[in-house]
Amino acid sequence: MNTIWALAGIVIKELYRRKDFYVLFVLTALITVAAGMVNFFDDPKIVRYVKDICMLLIWISALIIALVTTARQIPAERESRTIFPLLAKPVTRAQFILGKFFGCWLATGMALLVFYVFFAIITGSREQYWPWLTYLQAIWLQWAMLAVVIALSLLASIITAAPSSTTTICFIAVAGILLVGGHLNTVALHQPQPLQTIFYTIYFLIPHLEWFDIRDRVIYDWGLVDWLDCVLATLYATAYTGLFLLLTWLGFRRKSLNT
Amino acid sequence: MKASPYLVLALVLTVCFTLATGMELRTGMKSNRAKSNNVFSVLLGDGRQLFANQFFTMADVYYHSGYYPSVFDLREEGPAEIVAESHGHTDSPEDELKEDFLGKPKDWIDRFGRHFRITEHTHLEHSNEREILPWLRLAAEMNPQKIDTYTVGSFFMRTHLNKPREAEAFLREGLRNNPNSYEILFELGRLYDENDHDIGRARDVWQLALRRWLQQDPKTQKENKLGFEEITDHLAQLERDAGNWQQAIYWFQAAQKVAPDPNALQQRIDEIKKKMAAQPSPTNSQP
Repeated sequence: MNTIWALAGIVIKELYRRKDFYVLFVLTALITVAAGMVNFFDDPKIVRYVKDICMLLIWISALIIALVTTARQIPAERESRTIFPLLAKPVTRAQFILGKFFGCWLATGMALLVFYVFFAIITGSREQYWPWLTYLQAIWLQWAMLAVVIALSLLASIITAAPSSTTTICFIAVAGILLVGGHLNTVALHQPQPLQTIFYTIYFLIPHLEWFDIRDRVIYDWGLVDWLDCVLATLYATAYTGLFLLLTWLGFRRKSLNT
Repeated sequence: MKASPYLVLALVLTVCFTLATGMELRTGMKSNRAKSNNVFSVLLGDGRQLFANQFFTMADVYYHSGYYPSVFDLREEGPAEIVAESHGHTDSPEDELKEDFLGKPKDWIDRFGRHFRITEHTHLEHSNEREILPWLRLAAEMNPQKIDTYTVGSFFMRTHLNKPREAEAFLREGLRNNPNSYEILFELGRLYDENDHDIGRARDVWQLALRRWLQQDPKTQKENKLGFEEITDHLAQLERDAGNWQQAIYWFQAAQKVAPDPNALQQRIDEIKKKMAAQPSPTNSQP
Protein backbone atom coordinates (compact mmCIF):
# COMPACT_ATOMS: atom_id res chain seq x y z
CA MET A 1 0.00 0.00 0.00
CA ASN A 2 2.91 2.35 0.78
CA THR A 3 4.14 1.92 -2.77
CA ILE A 4 0.77 2.98 -4.13
CA TRP A 5 0.69 6.10 -1.90
CA ALA A 6 4.27 6.97 -2.85
CA LEU A 7 3.35 6.82 -6.54
CA ALA A 8 0.19 8.81 -5.86
CA GLY A 9 2.21 11.45 -4.00
CA ILE A 10 4.35 12.05 -7.07
CA VAL A 11 1.27 12.64 -9.22
CA ILE A 12 -0.13 15.11 -6.67
CA LYS A 13 3.17 17.04 -6.60
CA GLU A 14 3.07 17.10 -10.38
CA LEU A 15 -0.36 18.75 -10.31
CA TYR A 16 0.73 21.72 -8.24
CA ARG A 17 3.99 22.08 -10.16
CA ARG A 18 2.22 22.31 -13.49
CA LYS A 19 0.28 25.38 -14.65
CA ASP A 20 -2.94 23.60 -15.78
CA PHE A 21 -4.78 23.95 -12.50
CA TYR A 22 -3.73 27.56 -11.88
CA VAL A 23 -4.71 28.66 -15.38
CA LEU A 24 -8.11 26.98 -15.16
CA PHE A 25 -8.76 28.30 -11.66
CA VAL A 26 -7.83 31.87 -12.56
CA LEU A 27 -10.00 31.67 -15.69
CA THR A 28 -12.95 30.32 -13.69
CA ALA A 29 -12.49 32.98 -11.02
CA LEU A 30 -12.16 35.82 -13.53
CA ILE A 31 -15.20 34.81 -15.57
CA THR A 32 -17.32 34.22 -12.45
CA VAL A 33 -16.33 37.50 -10.81
CA ALA A 34 -16.85 39.41 -14.07
CA ALA A 35 -20.29 37.81 -14.50
CA GLY A 36 -21.15 38.58 -10.89
CA MET A 37 -20.29 42.25 -11.34
CA VAL A 38 -22.82 42.80 -14.12
CA ASN A 39 -25.77 44.87 -12.98
CA PHE A 40 -29.16 43.61 -14.18
CA PHE A 41 -32.00 46.07 -13.60
CA ASP A 42 -30.41 47.38 -10.37
CA ASP A 43 -31.12 44.13 -8.54
CA PRO A 44 -28.12 42.97 -6.47
CA LYS A 45 -29.94 39.83 -5.27
CA ILE A 46 -29.84 38.06 -8.62
CA VAL A 47 -27.46 35.15 -8.10
CA ARG A 48 -28.48 31.99 -9.93
CA TYR A 49 -26.87 32.89 -13.24
CA VAL A 50 -23.55 33.38 -11.39
CA LYS A 51 -23.95 29.95 -9.76
CA ASP A 52 -24.82 28.46 -13.13
CA ILE A 53 -21.77 29.91 -14.88
CA CYS A 54 -19.42 29.04 -12.02
CA MET A 55 -20.68 25.45 -11.73
CA LEU A 56 -20.37 24.93 -15.48
CA LEU A 57 -16.79 26.21 -15.40
CA ILE A 58 -16.00 24.00 -12.42
CA TRP A 59 -17.30 20.95 -14.26
CA ILE A 60 -15.36 21.75 -17.43
CA SER A 61 -12.18 22.60 -15.51
CA ALA A 62 -12.33 19.48 -13.32
CA LEU A 63 -12.90 17.32 -16.38
CA ILE A 64 -9.93 18.88 -18.19
CA ILE A 65 -7.66 18.54 -15.14
CA ALA A 66 -8.66 14.90 -14.64
CA LEU A 67 -8.25 13.95 -18.29
CA VAL A 68 -5.05 15.87 -19.03
CA THR A 69 -3.36 14.75 -15.81
CA THR A 70 -4.30 11.11 -16.30
CA ALA A 71 -3.71 10.84 -20.03
CA ARG A 72 -0.03 11.79 -19.81
CA GLN A 73 0.91 9.59 -16.81
CA ILE A 74 1.83 6.30 -18.49
CA PRO A 75 3.07 7.72 -21.84
CA ALA A 76 5.30 10.23 -20.00
CA GLU A 77 6.84 7.50 -17.83
CA ARG A 78 7.48 5.40 -20.94
CA GLU A 79 8.85 8.28 -22.98
CA SER A 80 11.27 9.44 -20.30
CA ARG A 81 12.06 5.76 -19.57
CA THR A 82 11.55 6.34 -15.82
CA ILE A 83 9.10 3.44 -15.90
CA PHE A 84 11.96 0.92 -16.01
CA PRO A 85 13.65 1.83 -12.70
CA LEU A 86 10.17 2.28 -11.22
CA LEU A 87 9.07 -1.24 -12.10
CA ALA A 88 12.44 -2.61 -10.99
CA LYS A 89 12.01 -1.28 -7.39
CA PRO A 90 10.09 -3.73 -7.17
CA VAL A 91 6.73 -2.16 -8.04
CA THR A 92 4.20 -4.44 -9.67
CA ARG A 93 2.27 -3.25 -12.68
CA ALA A 94 -0.94 -3.42 -10.66
CA GLN A 95 0.57 -1.14 -7.99
CA PHE A 96 1.79 1.18 -10.73
CA ILE A 97 -1.73 1.45 -12.18
CA LEU A 98 -3.33 1.92 -8.76
CA GLY A 99 -0.71 4.48 -7.74
CA LYS A 100 -1.32 6.49 -10.87
CA PHE A 101 -5.09 6.21 -10.43
CA PHE A 102 -5.14 7.32 -6.80
CA GLY A 103 -2.65 10.08 -7.54
CA CYS A 104 -4.79 11.51 -10.31
CA TRP A 105 -7.99 11.05 -8.33
CA LEU A 106 -6.67 12.72 -5.17
CA ALA A 107 -5.07 15.54 -7.16
CA THR A 108 -8.36 16.16 -8.95
CA GLY A 109 -10.18 16.01 -5.61
CA MET A 110 -7.89 18.69 -4.18
CA ALA A 111 -8.44 20.90 -7.21
CA LEU A 112 -12.18 20.31 -6.89
CA LEU A 113 -12.10 21.36 -3.24
CA VAL A 114 -10.42 24.67 -4.12
CA PHE A 115 -12.97 25.30 -6.86
CA TYR A 116 -15.92 24.57 -4.53
CA VAL A 117 -14.54 26.76 -1.73
CA PHE A 118 -14.34 29.60 -4.26
CA PHE A 119 -17.88 28.81 -5.41
CA ALA A 120 -19.21 28.81 -1.85
CA ILE A 121 -17.51 32.13 -1.05
CA ILE A 122 -18.74 33.87 -4.19
CA THR A 123 -22.35 32.69 -4.02
CA GLY A 124 -22.59 32.80 -0.23
CA SER A 125 -21.37 36.38 -0.12
CA ARG A 126 -24.11 37.31 -2.58
CA GLU A 127 -27.11 35.40 -1.24
CA GLN A 128 -26.02 35.01 2.42
CA TYR A 129 -26.92 31.34 2.30
CA TRP A 130 -24.50 28.43 2.80
CA PRO A 131 -26.01 24.99 2.09
CA TRP A 132 -22.84 23.12 3.09
CA LEU A 133 -24.39 19.65 2.94
CA THR A 134 -25.62 20.23 -0.61
CA TYR A 135 -22.14 21.40 -1.59
CA LEU A 136 -20.68 18.32 0.11
CA GLN A 137 -22.97 16.04 -1.88
CA ALA A 138 -22.21 17.90 -5.11
CA ILE A 139 -18.46 17.68 -4.63
CA TRP A 140 -18.60 14.03 -3.54
CA LEU A 141 -20.73 12.92 -6.48
CA GLN A 142 -18.59 14.89 -8.93
CA TRP A 143 -15.46 13.34 -7.43
CA ALA A 144 -16.99 9.85 -7.68
CA MET A 145 -17.79 10.53 -11.34
CA LEU A 146 -14.22 11.72 -11.92
CA ALA A 147 -12.96 8.39 -10.55
CA VAL A 148 -14.72 6.66 -13.46
CA VAL A 149 -13.36 9.26 -15.90
CA ILE A 150 -9.80 8.86 -14.60
CA ALA A 151 -9.98 5.06 -14.78
CA LEU A 152 -11.37 5.32 -18.32
CA SER A 153 -8.60 7.72 -19.27
CA LEU A 154 -5.94 5.36 -17.85
CA LEU A 155 -7.41 2.54 -19.93
CA ALA A 156 -7.42 4.72 -23.05
CA SER A 157 -3.84 5.85 -22.38
CA ILE A 158 -2.51 2.31 -22.77
CA ILE A 159 -4.44 1.83 -26.00
CA THR A 160 -3.92 5.10 -27.88
CA ALA A 161 -0.62 6.44 -29.14
CA ALA A 162 -0.43 9.92 -27.61
CA PRO A 163 -1.82 11.75 -24.56
CA SER A 164 -3.53 14.28 -26.82
CA SER A 165 -5.56 11.59 -28.57
CA THR A 166 -6.42 9.98 -25.21
CA THR A 167 -7.63 13.32 -23.86
CA THR A 168 -9.68 14.09 -26.97
CA ILE A 169 -11.31 10.66 -27.20
CA CYS A 170 -12.13 10.56 -23.50
CA PHE A 171 -13.43 14.13 -23.48
CA ILE A 172 -15.77 13.37 -26.37
CA ALA A 173 -16.91 10.11 -24.74
CA VAL A 174 -17.54 11.70 -21.33
CA ALA A 175 -19.25 14.79 -22.81
CA GLY A 176 -21.37 12.49 -24.96
CA ILE A 177 -22.43 10.41 -21.96
CA LEU A 178 -23.19 13.51 -19.89
CA LEU A 179 -25.26 15.13 -22.63
CA VAL A 180 -26.92 12.19 -24.37
CA GLY A 181 -26.33 9.10 -22.20
CA GLY A 182 -29.49 9.45 -20.16
CA HIS A 183 -31.65 9.94 -23.26
CA LEU A 184 -30.43 6.97 -25.30
CA ASN A 185 -33.42 4.90 -24.17
CA THR A 186 -35.81 7.56 -25.45
CA VAL A 187 -33.89 7.76 -28.72
CA ALA A 188 -33.86 3.94 -29.02
CA LEU A 189 -37.66 3.79 -28.77
CA HIS A 190 -38.00 5.71 -32.03
CA GLN A 191 -35.47 3.65 -33.98
CA PRO A 192 -36.13 0.63 -36.20
CA GLN A 193 -34.39 -2.67 -35.52
CA PRO A 194 -31.48 -3.40 -35.27
CA LEU A 195 -30.65 0.21 -34.35
CA GLN A 196 -33.00 0.00 -31.38
CA THR A 197 -31.13 -2.97 -29.92
CA ILE A 198 -27.77 -1.30 -30.56
CA PHE A 199 -28.88 1.91 -28.83
CA TYR A 200 -30.31 -0.01 -25.89
CA THR A 201 -27.14 -2.09 -25.56
CA ILE A 202 -25.04 1.07 -25.45
CA TYR A 203 -27.49 2.58 -22.97
CA PHE A 204 -27.13 -0.32 -20.56
CA LEU A 205 -23.36 -0.66 -21.03
CA ILE A 206 -22.15 2.90 -20.55
CA PRO A 207 -21.55 4.35 -17.10
CA HIS A 208 -24.35 6.86 -16.47
CA LEU A 209 -22.22 9.78 -15.44
CA GLU A 210 -25.16 12.16 -15.73
CA TRP A 211 -26.49 10.85 -12.40
CA PHE A 212 -23.58 12.51 -10.65
CA ASP A 213 -24.36 15.92 -12.09
CA ILE A 214 -26.48 17.60 -9.43
CA ARG A 215 -25.63 21.13 -10.54
CA ASP A 216 -29.30 21.96 -11.06
CA ARG A 217 -30.07 21.01 -7.46
CA VAL A 218 -27.34 23.38 -6.27
CA ILE A 219 -28.23 26.23 -8.64
CA TYR A 220 -31.99 26.12 -8.03
CA ASP A 221 -31.73 25.35 -4.30
CA TRP A 222 -33.55 22.02 -4.50
CA GLY A 223 -31.89 20.65 -1.40
CA LEU A 224 -30.27 17.33 -0.65
CA VAL A 225 -30.35 14.09 -2.58
CA ASP A 226 -31.28 11.11 -0.39
CA TRP A 227 -28.08 9.88 1.30
CA LEU A 228 -28.89 6.26 0.40
CA ASP A 229 -29.02 7.27 -3.27
CA CYS A 230 -25.61 8.91 -2.86
CA VAL A 231 -24.22 5.67 -1.41
CA LEU A 232 -25.73 3.61 -4.24
CA ALA A 233 -24.36 6.01 -6.85
CA THR A 234 -20.94 5.78 -5.20
CA LEU A 235 -21.09 1.97 -5.38
CA TYR A 236 -22.06 2.24 -9.04
CA ALA A 237 -19.08 4.52 -9.74
CA THR A 238 -16.80 2.16 -7.77
CA ALA A 239 -17.93 -0.79 -9.88
CA TYR A 240 -17.19 0.99 -13.16
CA THR A 241 -13.90 2.37 -11.84
CA GLY A 242 -12.88 -1.14 -10.76
CA LEU A 243 -13.86 -2.54 -14.15
CA PHE A 244 -11.84 0.04 -16.08
CA LEU A 245 -8.83 -0.38 -13.78
CA LEU A 246 -9.01 -4.15 -14.21
CA LEU A 247 -9.09 -3.77 -17.99
CA THR A 248 -6.18 -1.31 -17.77
CA TRP A 249 -4.17 -3.79 -15.71
CA LEU A 250 -5.02 -6.65 -18.09
CA GLY A 251 -3.87 -4.55 -21.03
CA PHE A 252 -0.82 -3.14 -19.28
CA ARG A 253 0.60 -6.29 -17.71
CA ARG A 254 1.53 -7.81 -21.09
CA LYS A 255 2.32 -4.54 -22.82
CA SER A 256 5.81 -3.95 -24.13
CA LEU A 257 7.21 -0.83 -22.44
CA ASN A 258 9.72 0.03 -25.13
CA THR A 259 8.74 3.14 -27.05
CA MET B 1 -6.45 38.24 -75.14
CA LYS B 2 -5.85 36.51 -71.84
CA ALA B 3 -7.19 38.28 -68.76
CA SER B 4 -4.93 38.53 -65.73
CA PRO B 5 -6.19 36.37 -62.82
CA TYR B 6 -5.72 39.32 -60.48
CA LEU B 7 -8.00 41.42 -62.65
CA VAL B 8 -10.65 38.66 -62.65
CA LEU B 9 -10.35 38.35 -58.88
CA ALA B 10 -10.66 42.12 -58.47
CA LEU B 11 -13.74 42.10 -60.71
CA VAL B 12 -15.37 39.27 -58.76
CA LEU B 13 -14.64 41.02 -55.46
CA THR B 14 -16.12 44.27 -56.79
CA VAL B 15 -19.27 42.46 -57.94
CA CYS B 16 -19.57 40.74 -54.54
CA PHE B 17 -19.14 44.02 -52.69
CA THR B 18 -21.70 45.77 -54.91
CA LEU B 19 -24.24 42.97 -54.46
CA ALA B 20 -23.67 42.88 -50.71
CA THR B 21 -24.22 46.62 -50.31
CA GLY B 22 -27.26 46.44 -52.59
CA MET B 23 -28.78 43.62 -50.55
CA GLU B 24 -28.04 45.47 -47.32
CA LEU B 25 -29.83 48.53 -48.68
CA ARG B 26 -32.85 46.46 -49.72
CA THR B 27 -33.19 44.66 -46.40
CA GLY B 28 -32.73 47.98 -44.62
CA MET B 29 -35.53 49.53 -46.62
CA LYS B 30 -37.78 46.52 -46.21
CA SER B 31 -37.56 46.58 -42.44
CA ASN B 32 -39.07 49.52 -40.61
CA ARG B 33 -37.48 48.35 -37.42
CA ALA B 34 -34.79 50.35 -35.79
CA LYS B 35 -31.29 48.97 -36.12
CA SER B 36 -29.19 47.99 -33.19
CA ASN B 37 -25.48 48.54 -33.40
CA ASN B 38 -24.44 46.86 -30.18
CA VAL B 39 -21.31 44.76 -29.87
CA PHE B 40 -23.20 41.47 -30.33
CA SER B 41 -24.64 42.49 -33.70
CA VAL B 42 -21.16 43.45 -34.87
CA LEU B 43 -19.58 40.22 -33.62
CA LEU B 44 -22.29 37.68 -34.39
CA GLY B 45 -24.40 39.21 -37.16
CA ASP B 46 -27.73 37.42 -37.59
CA GLY B 47 -26.37 34.44 -35.63
CA ARG B 48 -27.15 36.38 -32.44
CA GLN B 49 -30.86 35.62 -32.97
CA LEU B 50 -30.14 31.97 -32.22
CA PHE B 51 -28.46 32.99 -28.99
CA ALA B 52 -31.36 35.30 -28.20
CA ASN B 53 -33.85 32.43 -28.53
CA GLN B 54 -31.64 30.23 -26.37
CA PHE B 55 -31.34 32.92 -23.68
CA PHE B 56 -35.09 33.47 -23.76
CA THR B 57 -35.57 29.71 -23.27
CA MET B 58 -33.09 29.89 -20.38
CA ALA B 59 -35.35 32.45 -18.73
CA ASP B 60 -38.19 29.90 -18.98
CA VAL B 61 -35.89 27.16 -17.61
CA TYR B 62 -35.06 29.36 -14.62
CA TYR B 63 -38.75 30.16 -14.15
CA HIS B 64 -39.30 26.40 -13.77
CA SER B 65 -36.27 26.02 -11.48
CA GLY B 66 -34.63 23.60 -13.86
CA TYR B 67 -37.66 21.38 -14.56
CA TYR B 68 -37.57 21.64 -18.31
CA PRO B 69 -37.72 19.20 -21.22
CA SER B 70 -34.60 18.52 -23.23
CA VAL B 71 -34.60 18.14 -27.01
CA PHE B 72 -35.11 14.41 -26.45
CA ASP B 73 -38.25 14.77 -24.36
CA LEU B 74 -41.64 14.88 -25.99
CA ARG B 75 -43.66 17.96 -25.24
CA GLU B 76 -46.44 19.75 -26.99
CA GLU B 77 -45.21 22.76 -28.91
CA GLY B 78 -46.43 26.07 -27.62
CA PRO B 79 -45.29 29.43 -26.34
CA ALA B 80 -42.90 29.55 -23.39
CA GLU B 81 -44.75 29.56 -20.09
CA ILE B 82 -43.31 32.92 -19.11
CA VAL B 83 -45.04 34.36 -22.19
CA ALA B 84 -48.33 32.65 -21.29
CA GLU B 85 -48.04 33.94 -17.71
CA SER B 86 -47.45 37.50 -18.96
CA HIS B 87 -50.76 37.18 -20.86
CA GLY B 88 -52.54 36.20 -17.64
CA HIS B 89 -52.66 32.44 -18.29
CA THR B 90 -52.45 30.17 -15.26
CA ASP B 91 -51.89 26.42 -15.38
CA SER B 92 -54.98 24.21 -15.20
CA PRO B 93 -54.70 20.56 -14.05
CA GLU B 94 -54.81 19.61 -17.76
CA ASP B 95 -51.85 21.88 -18.46
CA GLU B 96 -49.96 20.30 -15.57
CA LEU B 97 -50.54 16.87 -17.12
CA LYS B 98 -49.29 18.11 -20.49
CA GLU B 99 -46.14 19.43 -18.87
CA ASP B 100 -45.29 16.09 -17.25
CA PHE B 101 -42.82 15.38 -20.03
CA LEU B 102 -40.96 12.75 -18.01
CA GLY B 103 -43.80 10.25 -17.85
CA LYS B 104 -43.27 6.94 -16.07
CA PRO B 105 -39.67 5.68 -15.71
CA LYS B 106 -38.74 3.51 -18.67
CA ASP B 107 -36.20 1.30 -16.87
CA TRP B 108 -34.20 1.05 -13.64
CA ILE B 109 -31.51 3.45 -14.91
CA ASP B 110 -34.14 6.07 -15.69
CA ARG B 111 -35.89 5.44 -12.34
CA PHE B 112 -32.72 5.75 -10.27
CA GLY B 113 -31.43 8.71 -12.32
CA ARG B 114 -34.54 10.68 -11.38
CA HIS B 115 -33.43 10.71 -7.74
CA PHE B 116 -30.73 13.19 -8.80
CA ARG B 117 -32.76 15.24 -11.25
CA ILE B 118 -35.42 17.86 -10.75
CA THR B 119 -38.72 16.12 -11.33
CA GLU B 120 -41.20 18.57 -9.88
CA HIS B 121 -43.04 21.22 -11.86
CA THR B 122 -42.85 24.52 -9.99
CA HIS B 123 -42.71 28.20 -10.83
CA LEU B 124 -40.55 30.83 -9.20
CA GLU B 125 -42.34 32.88 -6.57
CA HIS B 126 -41.73 35.21 -3.61
CA SER B 127 -39.66 37.65 -5.72
CA ASN B 128 -37.36 34.88 -6.89
CA GLU B 129 -38.71 35.71 -10.36
CA ARG B 130 -35.79 38.16 -10.48
CA GLU B 131 -33.58 35.22 -11.47
CA ILE B 132 -34.99 35.20 -15.00
CA LEU B 133 -34.01 38.82 -15.63
CA PRO B 134 -30.35 38.32 -16.66
CA TRP B 135 -31.41 35.96 -19.45
CA LEU B 136 -34.04 38.40 -20.68
CA ARG B 137 -31.49 41.21 -20.63
CA LEU B 138 -29.08 39.07 -22.66
CA ALA B 139 -31.85 38.02 -25.06
CA ALA B 140 -32.68 41.70 -25.62
CA GLU B 141 -29.02 42.51 -26.25
CA MET B 142 -28.71 39.64 -28.71
CA ASN B 143 -31.92 40.31 -30.58
CA PRO B 144 -33.46 43.72 -29.89
CA GLN B 145 -36.29 42.81 -32.28
CA LYS B 146 -37.58 39.94 -30.10
CA ILE B 147 -40.64 41.65 -28.64
CA ASP B 148 -41.60 38.97 -26.10
CA THR B 149 -38.36 39.70 -24.25
CA TYR B 150 -39.49 43.21 -23.37
CA THR B 151 -43.11 42.39 -22.56
CA VAL B 152 -42.22 39.38 -20.40
CA GLY B 153 -39.41 41.24 -18.61
CA SER B 154 -41.65 44.20 -17.92
CA PHE B 155 -44.52 41.99 -16.73
CA PHE B 156 -42.38 40.22 -14.13
CA MET B 157 -40.66 43.40 -13.00
CA ARG B 158 -43.86 45.34 -12.43
CA THR B 159 -46.10 42.57 -11.09
CA HIS B 160 -43.70 40.40 -9.04
CA LEU B 161 -40.69 42.55 -8.26
CA ASN B 162 -42.21 45.97 -7.63
CA LYS B 163 -39.93 47.61 -10.21
CA PRO B 164 -42.30 49.63 -12.41
CA ARG B 165 -39.70 52.23 -13.36
CA GLU B 166 -37.19 49.59 -14.50
CA ALA B 167 -40.03 47.88 -16.36
CA GLU B 168 -40.95 51.12 -18.09
CA ALA B 169 -37.33 51.79 -19.06
CA PHE B 170 -37.08 48.26 -20.51
CA LEU B 171 -40.29 48.78 -22.49
CA ARG B 172 -39.11 52.17 -23.75
CA GLU B 173 -35.90 50.51 -24.92
CA GLY B 174 -38.00 47.88 -26.69
CA LEU B 175 -40.12 50.60 -28.25
CA ARG B 176 -37.03 52.40 -29.57
CA ASN B 177 -35.94 49.16 -31.22
CA ASN B 178 -39.47 48.24 -32.38
CA PRO B 179 -41.42 51.46 -32.90
CA ASN B 180 -44.37 49.68 -34.52
CA SER B 181 -44.90 47.07 -31.82
CA TYR B 182 -48.46 47.09 -30.53
CA GLU B 183 -47.46 44.43 -27.96
CA ILE B 184 -44.98 46.72 -26.24
CA LEU B 185 -47.44 49.61 -26.30
CA PHE B 186 -50.11 47.36 -24.81
CA GLU B 187 -47.76 46.30 -21.98
CA LEU B 188 -46.79 49.94 -21.42
CA GLY B 189 -50.49 50.77 -21.11
CA ARG B 190 -50.91 48.03 -18.52
CA LEU B 191 -48.02 49.50 -16.55
CA TYR B 192 -49.64 52.97 -16.54
CA ASP B 193 -53.03 51.50 -15.68
CA GLU B 194 -52.19 48.82 -13.12
CA ASN B 195 -49.08 50.25 -11.48
CA ASP B 196 -49.29 54.02 -11.91
CA HIS B 197 -53.14 54.19 -11.99
CA ASP B 198 -52.72 56.86 -14.66
CA ILE B 199 -55.75 56.03 -16.78
CA GLY B 200 -55.25 58.97 -19.14
CA ARG B 201 -51.82 57.77 -20.26
CA ALA B 202 -52.98 54.16 -20.32
CA ARG B 203 -55.89 55.08 -22.60
CA ASP B 204 -53.63 57.05 -24.96
CA VAL B 205 -51.05 54.27 -25.17
CA TRP B 206 -53.66 51.55 -25.71
CA GLN B 207 -55.35 53.59 -28.43
CA LEU B 208 -51.94 53.98 -30.10
CA ALA B 209 -51.41 50.22 -29.70
CA LEU B 210 -54.73 49.62 -31.42
CA ARG B 211 -53.73 51.90 -34.30
CA ARG B 212 -50.47 49.97 -34.63
CA TRP B 213 -52.42 46.71 -34.65
CA LEU B 214 -54.74 48.01 -37.36
CA GLN B 215 -51.76 49.11 -39.47
CA GLN B 216 -50.74 45.47 -39.91
CA ASP B 217 -51.60 43.69 -43.13
CA PRO B 218 -54.83 41.60 -43.00
CA LYS B 219 -52.98 38.29 -42.86
CA THR B 220 -50.96 39.35 -39.80
CA GLN B 221 -54.11 40.76 -38.21
CA LYS B 222 -55.77 37.39 -38.63
CA GLU B 223 -52.87 35.67 -36.91
CA ASN B 224 -52.75 38.18 -34.02
CA LYS B 225 -56.39 38.36 -32.99
CA LEU B 226 -55.42 37.88 -29.36
CA GLY B 227 -53.59 41.22 -29.46
CA PHE B 228 -56.74 43.02 -30.67
CA GLU B 229 -58.87 41.29 -28.07
CA GLU B 230 -56.48 42.17 -25.24
CA ILE B 231 -56.23 45.83 -26.23
CA THR B 232 -59.96 46.37 -26.74
CA ASP B 233 -60.86 44.38 -23.61
CA HIS B 234 -58.48 46.45 -21.48
CA LEU B 235 -59.75 49.68 -23.02
CA ALA B 236 -63.29 48.57 -22.24
CA GLN B 237 -62.43 47.76 -18.62
CA LEU B 238 -60.63 51.09 -18.25
CA GLU B 239 -63.65 53.01 -19.55
CA ARG B 240 -66.04 50.98 -17.42
CA ASP B 241 -64.02 51.69 -14.28
CA ALA B 242 -63.88 55.38 -15.25
CA GLY B 243 -67.65 55.43 -15.60
CA ASN B 244 -67.55 56.01 -19.37
CA TRP B 245 -70.12 53.35 -20.06
CA GLN B 246 -70.89 54.10 -23.69
CA GLN B 247 -67.24 53.81 -24.55
CA ALA B 248 -66.89 50.68 -22.45
CA ILE B 249 -69.75 49.06 -24.39
CA TYR B 250 -68.15 50.14 -27.66
CA TRP B 251 -64.82 48.48 -26.78
CA PHE B 252 -66.47 45.33 -25.40
CA GLN B 253 -68.40 45.02 -28.65
CA ALA B 254 -65.17 45.44 -30.60
CA ALA B 255 -63.53 42.71 -28.49
CA GLN B 256 -66.53 40.45 -29.09
CA LYS B 257 -65.68 40.28 -32.81
CA VAL B 258 -62.52 38.26 -32.15
CA ALA B 259 -63.10 36.81 -28.66
CA PRO B 260 -63.25 33.01 -28.36
CA ASP B 261 -66.12 33.40 -25.85
CA PRO B 262 -68.27 36.40 -26.94
CA ASN B 263 -71.02 35.45 -24.47
CA ALA B 264 -68.84 36.31 -21.50
CA LEU B 265 -68.29 39.77 -22.95
CA GLN B 266 -72.00 40.09 -23.69
CA GLN B 267 -72.67 39.51 -19.99
CA ARG B 268 -70.38 42.41 -19.14
CA ILE B 269 -72.16 44.60 -21.68
CA ASP B 270 -75.51 43.64 -20.16
CA GLU B 271 -74.22 44.49 -16.68
CA ILE B 272 -73.15 47.94 -17.87
CA LYS B 273 -76.50 48.47 -19.55
CA LYS B 274 -78.25 47.59 -16.30
CA LYS B 275 -76.13 50.11 -14.43
CA MET B 276 -76.82 52.73 -17.08
CA ALA B 277 -80.52 52.12 -16.75
CA ALA B 278 -80.33 52.42 -12.96
CA GLN B 279 -78.08 55.48 -12.92
CA PRO B 280 -77.49 57.38 -16.15
CA SER B 281 -73.82 58.15 -16.74
CA PRO B 282 -72.46 61.36 -18.27
CA THR B 283 -72.96 61.46 -22.02
CA ASN B 284 -70.12 59.85 -23.85
CA SER B 285 -69.41 60.17 -27.49
CA GLN B 286 -68.12 57.15 -29.29
CA PRO B 287 -64.33 57.20 -29.74
